[in-house]
Amino acid sequence: MAVLSALRVNEMSTARPSFKFRGGSFHALVVRPESPIEAWLADVDVLLARSPGFFAGKSVVIDVSGLSLTKPTFLGLLDELSRRDIRILGVEGANPADVDGRVPSLVRGQADRSDAAAAPAAQTPQPAPVSSLLIDAPVRSGQAIVHPDGDVTIVGSVSSGAEIIAAGSIHVYGTLRGRVLAGAYGNQRARIFCRRLDAELIAIDGHYIVADEVEPHLRKAPIQAWLEGDELKIITMN
Amino acid sequence: MAQVVVVTSGKGGVGKTTSTAALGAALARAGERVVVVDFDVGLRNLDLVMGAERRVVFDLIHVVQGTARLSQALIRDKRIDTLFLLAASQTRDKDSLTDDGVERVIRELRPSFDWVICDSPAGIERGASLAMRHADLAVVVANPEVSSVRDSDRIIGLLDSTTDKAKRGEPMEKYLLLTRYDQNRAERCEMLCIEDVLEILCIPLLGIIPESKDVLHASNMGLPVTLNEPTSAAARAYNDAARRLQGEQVPLVVPTDKVTLFSKLLGRRAA
Repeated sequence: MAVLSALRVNEMSTARPSFKFRGGSFHALVVRPESPIEAWLADVDVLLARSPGFFAGKSVVIDVSGLSLTKPTFLGLLDELSRRDIRILGVEGANPADVDGRVPSLVRGQADRSDAAAAPAAQTPQPAPVSSLLIDAPVRSGQAIVHPDGDVTIVGSVSSGAEIIAAGSIHVYGTLRGRVLAGAYGNQRARIFCRRLDAELIAIDGHYIVADEVEPHLRKAPIQAWLEGDELKIITMN
Repeated sequence: MAQVVVVTSGKGGVGKTTSTAALGAALARAGERVVVVDFDVGLRNLDLVMGAERRVVFDLIHVVQGTARLSQALIRDKRIDTLFLLAASQTRDKDSLTDDGVERVIRELRPSFDWVICDSPAGIERGASLAMRHADLAVVVANPEVSSVRDSDRIIGLLDSTTDKAKRGEPMEKYLLLTRYDQNRAERCEMLCIEDVLEILCIPLLGIIPESKDVLHASNMGLPVTLNEPTSAAARAYNDAARRLQGEQVPLVVPTDKVTLFSKLLGRRAA
């Protein structure tokens, strides 16, 4: 999806602003009702009585693939769930005809079936875990650490003339004197943390500031930097 | 079997050659068999500082290229008979140093000496990289000023990545020799103080050599400062550094100033 996220479609004329496509995958809570539905709903009520906020703000996918529901029962179940303020993002394992436009879309993904009762199902390959790189030594002048897969953590200082380039966030448990480029492969959510800021340059997703632009009260301080829109923000962490 | 030491810095003019000669002479006077090897082909100076410039017949390049034997090229010091010099050639350049040739020279020197001290040229190119390649231990020479410290930092990075020892996955032993240190100027913030330098370089301190006119005087006389003015502050500091190289625990003091300031720094020494 890196290609997509980097794609900027610009109309020939300047009438429309440019826009971005981004690919993304999101976590959703998958709920699997069990037969009989009434008893299962009663269990849900017990759960909600105990922790009323359990589903609050969560996107929920319901998986009815284990049940053979008639259309009225199915629609009734949706009503019951919406009465309990459970927002349905999608439905899995239902007959497309039954969904009837009541829920946004039919989800065809495979939920994580790690519980014991799960019916055997083909596992979709999980995306490779995001790897982080730990460097347990000072990074010297002239050295470059390039990590296109995730975060970089340096236990030590980063010298003047050294460079760290990471796809994710950069953590420096020491004095940061060199150049650090976080989110360098297009990640606006990457951050930079260091125990003592004395950097030549810091950048997140291409937005950078150089040493001269760092406000005096941030120099030599422990800081956190992140991106807010197009602006690189830095605060001390005292 | 010799310890091979490289004296290196990245930056020129910080005192590599002076330190090589002074440490070599101090070790030799303590009874160790020492050879100092000048890797600065084309800009040789170690022969001058050692006072041997009139006796160079064969040099490192001759041995590397096989036109002379090692025994023909080694020049014995006139004052200390366990101290030898392998001079560099002034008429050639660093490209004359071959990987195989340098490796063979170091291998041949190891069994006959206790210390092989390689005086690295400035820079990070071929000469410097060959001088450090076979080292067991590095003495990083720095002056208390920012450009020297940054260059030393660069060299430490190379010591940790390009030497044979690093390629075998072994840790490279490195020590900082801070030269031309002037306590008064450091206090007036005209120089980096020792703590700043150590904080940047993060390697143990081998010694602090005070700025001294005796050093220049000794070089002009063609004598290592440890032989020419053995009681001077610089000579005492080099002698102490040499004893630390031999594994002795010597309290770290800069001659002519307070002792207490450095008790803390002592703790950083790994040796």
